[in-house]
Amino acid sequence: MKWDISQIGSWTYKDFPPGAVIPEAGNSVAYVTGGWRSERPWRDDEKCTQCLLCWIVCPDSSIKVADEKVTTFDLDHCKGCGICSQVCPVDAIQMVPEGCDLPEVK
Amino acid sequence: MPTHKTLAATGNQVVAEAMRQCAPDVMAAYPITPQTTIVEEFAAFVAKGRVHTEYVTVESEHSAMSACIGASAAGARVMTATSSQGLALMWEELHIAAGMRLPIVMANANRALSAPINIHCDHSDIMGARDTGWVTYFAENAQEAYDNTLMAVRVAEHPEVMLPVMTTLDGFITTHSIDRASVMDDESVKAFVGEYQPRNPLLDMEHAVMHGSFAGLGGPYFEFKKQQRIAMENARTVIKDVGAEYSILSGRPFDVVEGWGMEDADVAIVVMGSTAGNVRHVARGLREQGAKVGTVKIRVWRPFPYAELARALKGVKAVAVLDRAESFGAEGGPLFCEVRSALYDAVDRMPVVDYIYGLGGSDVKLELIERVYGDLADIAAGSAAPATLTYLGAREEA
Ligand code: SF4
Ligand code: SF4
Repeated sequence: MKWDISQIGSWTYKDFPPGAVIPEAGNSVAYVTGGWRSERPWRDDEKCTQCLLCWIVCPDSSIKVADEKVTTFDLDHCKGCGICSQVCPVDAIQMVPEGCDLPEVK
Repeated sequence: MPTHKTLAATGNQVVAEAMRQCAPDVMAAYPITPQTTIVEEFAAFVAKGRVHTEYVTVESEHSAMSACIGASAAGARVMTATSSQGLALMWEELHIAAGMRLPIVMANANRALSAPINIHCDHSDIMGARDTGWVTYFAENAQEAYDNTLMAVRVAEHPEVMLPVMTTLDGFITTHSIDRASVMDDESVKAFVGEYQPRNPLLDMEHAVMHGSFAGLGGPYFEFKKQQRIAMENARTVIKDVGAEYSILSGRPFDVVEGWGMEDADVAIVVMGSTAGNVRHVARGLREQGAKVGTVKIRVWRPFPYAELARALKGVKAVAVLDRAESFGAEGGPLFCEVRSALYDAVDRMPVVDYIYGLGGSDVKLELIERVYGDLADIAAGSAAPATLTYLGAREEA
């Protein structure tokens, strides 16, 4: 079921589905949680051997893969936990502080 | 109309029989004295093929209620039973079952809580579950335990309610004594409880849903609690409607508050559970001697029938509450606090006194109840000031 939550800010107790049930499965994709991150992963395509270990271990399914190859990170949901960087056998992933390229941080 | 059969059986046996007749899809349970024979008997029904229930044996009550919650969210009709420490161990899941609006029906064999260890009757366990959001019935005897179980299914699964329901019976006194109980035929029970229509079953793959979501800071947690409050208020009407319908089938009257001798009573005792019979027995004897005494039995504890109780006690000069549980540091036991609160708006407020009795199964002798009526007569006559809390029957200093 498609669940229209565009007016959720003005819902009362009458509008929420009883028992806090979410009647639309999989809609957590629309919930951007990447803002919790303090470091973001950065992958060196030259070094990467496409072993896909990072894809296996990422707890947030944030390593994007196409045609059996790592393409990019889903930064809307990546929490910056650094697990991918830790497991990479060839050190192809580095954790870069978030916001370091903003003028006021420099 | 249904056909009826009279059984000579223990309270636990008739509860197991009622559960078999309701044919739950799932039962997840863990044995604990004095509830054990309910789940044991039910397991035997499953083994003999007399009921087609998925019986989940678990390693604790925490797991029992967790499994019940999962099964109920999946769309199953779910029943279970527990007691005392088991109910205490379920405590966090009790809140979850109510908050997720899952219509689980559970029997509780009312028993004392440790320490010291004690396996006998009082209401400490159930009072610990007071604020968990479960609709709660009290049975005086095996018959009421049976009747309450059948009605509980209808109340729990009613679309305006959708809350878990506990049906309680007094440990050993009701659970283990052989009593006389009339049961309906299977077909009539089946027709009465009907088929469960789950609201958002997890197993409906066509309409996938998520249960157990987060409603944190800035989220609608508060609004969900208001929904629960409204559902519990709705239960007031549903309990009465279901009770009226059931009365026609059973031939036995039902009310959330049941009075005896209250038409012209000067003094009254308010009581819940098995002791109600003893109190009525004493009241009958006193009536024969000309004393205008009455008793009020509370059959539904949550939602608390405050309006019905105030009406039943109207015109009475003094009221005693029998509390089979403590609320240490409160003005009295849990029932006392409810009763006094219910009477606050009464036009002619009368003195209300509290007697803590029968903790850990300590004997409730008829003389003790006579003493309470005696105290009430003195208070009503103005010859004695209302006592503060009394431990009825506790050994006194010489
Ligand atoms: S940092 Fe953590 S969340 Fe982000 S892509 Fe790597 S493993 Fe996944
Ligand atoms: S673990 Fe390292 S080498 Fe393997 S795919 Fe991921 S980035 Fe590439």
